[in-house]
Amino acid sequence: MTLTAYLRIVGLGLVFRLREFAVSRWFIQMATVQPIVFASIAFYLFHAGGRPGTLLYAALGAGMMGIWSSTLFGSGGALQWNRMQGTLELLVAAPPPFLVVLLPLTLATSITGAYAIVATLVWGRIFFGVPLHFVHPLAFALAVPIAVVALGLMGLLMATSFVLYRNANALANFLEYPVWVVTGLLFPVALLPGWVAPISWLLAPKWGIDAIRNAALGGAVWRPLGLCVLTGAAYLVLAAIFSGIFERRARAEATRSLT
Amino acid sequence: MNSTNFRVFGIGGLIAYRGLFNWIRPRIYIPTMLGAPLFQIIFFTYLGKYAETGQSADFFIVGNAVQVCSMSAVYGMTMAIANERQFGTLGPLLASPASRIAIFLGRGVPVLANGLVVSAFGFIVGAALLGFRPGLSSLPALALITVVTAASCTCFGMVLGSIGLRGKDFFFVANLAYYLLLLFCGINVPLSTMPEWMRVVGDCLPLTHGVAAARHVAAGESLQSVAGLAGTEAVIGIAYAATGYLMFRLLETASRRAGAMDTF
Repeated sequence: MTLTAYLRIVGLGLVFRLREFAVSRWFIQMATVQPIVFASIAFYLFHAGGRPGTLLYAALGAGMMGIWSSTLFGSGGALQWNRMQGTLELLVAAPPPFLVVLLPLTLATSITGAYAIVATLVWGRIFFGVPLHFVHPLAFALAVPIAVVALGLMGLLMATSFVLYRNANALANFLEYPVWVVTGLLFPVALLPGWVAPISWLLAPKWGIDAIRNAALGGAVWRPLGLCVLTGAAYLVLAAIFSGIFERRARAEATRSLT
Repeated sequence: MNSTNFRVFGIGGLIAYRGLFNWIRPRIYIPTMLGAPLFQIIFFTYLGKYAETGQSADFFIVGNAVQVCSMSAVYGMTMAIANERQFGTLGPLLASPASRIAIFLGRGVPVLANGLVVSAFGFIVGAALLGFRPGLSSLPALALITVVTAASCTCFGMVLGSIGLRGKDFFFVANLAYYLLLLFCGINVPLSTMPEWMRVVGDCLPLTHGVAAARHVAAGESLQSVAGLAGTEAVIGIAYAATGYLMFRLLETASRRAGAMDTF
């Protein structure tokens, strides 16, 4: 198969998955209600404390939390749903590499999650008077899609390893809060013990939110954005390596279709 | 309650739990029911610290340690009733002559026990990692309030589970309920800083009074001083249990009439 064929699969797969998720109440809830709840909690806390100026900071962080949740549960859940419906074997057995089949799915989960940023900004503006003034609007417009794609690639890396586990959902349930904590989505990583920072450097949401926040509130945008691209690319390479290994292992251990 | 009803309540509830939650293994339970609450407590404690609200870490630790019981209460109770329909066992269950109230309430006991385990773990995490140090003398009262609050949440879960008897997207409702409890019940945001209408909603939900009582007790106050709050929490729980049971019976009748018991 040619590169054009792969791109066509990714493109068509992306459109198909986006349309599928756009009518899923569960995804809409994950990408709107949940971030709005967390954003509201953060708004009230920051209002009550000495940080009313950080409302935009909270809105963006809560939005990124929604993207992560959508990617995490989408990537973990989608495999589990296909496994339950008996279609996972068909996806794996299809002629294109499994990675190419999986990529549009994980990208669609993070793109659907991007509703969260819109939701938290609109919610914050209407109900909490969050100022929507962006210091570098063009950089902001660039940083958001790059962060979303990087998270989609992170979802791809997770999904390739989730193939191996029958209980991928449980792992997804566990990973939601730790990544919110470690990547500093609502509070700086500097508040946490020193050993947490190096872990955060490996995670695209940390660079994504740094780039988005710096674009919105002022600060260096290009370095975190570059690191976000770099971590995303690293996830893609690792996913390509792992998908082959894990797929073979899942076949050998017969763990792919077991629910 | 006669001995048959008691058996349906106790043994029936336990067997139903084992059947409906047969997929629970340590590798699922630990990350979901212990791992997620652990990081929830850490997340909100650090968020509170960063926001400089003036609240101590204990405010967030106690609030979240009590609230995490609702994970079992809301999702567990929803599944304990609604999954009968998904597994195709609702028809035989409701065709049996067993007391409905014994069936209904029996399902809540294992869910309640599970919620208590999760909350206890939350307090242990708070003590081990975040410096939560309640006085030893306050522990029995704290435990009692946690039991009352977890029971009240379980009763709230009964209402959600009853919706699942007929509703299609019951997980959607359960998810929504879980997040609204987090927002409206003063778990992380002091009720005094929220608008009046949110306080009114919060007052009608489980957790609000129980969490407030737990905070007072953890700060060293006596059980007597929070008897009003704990009593209100218990009354709210009873009201939800009654509402849930009423809905269960109404939806059972409606399902029979529409021939829609096992349909989606």
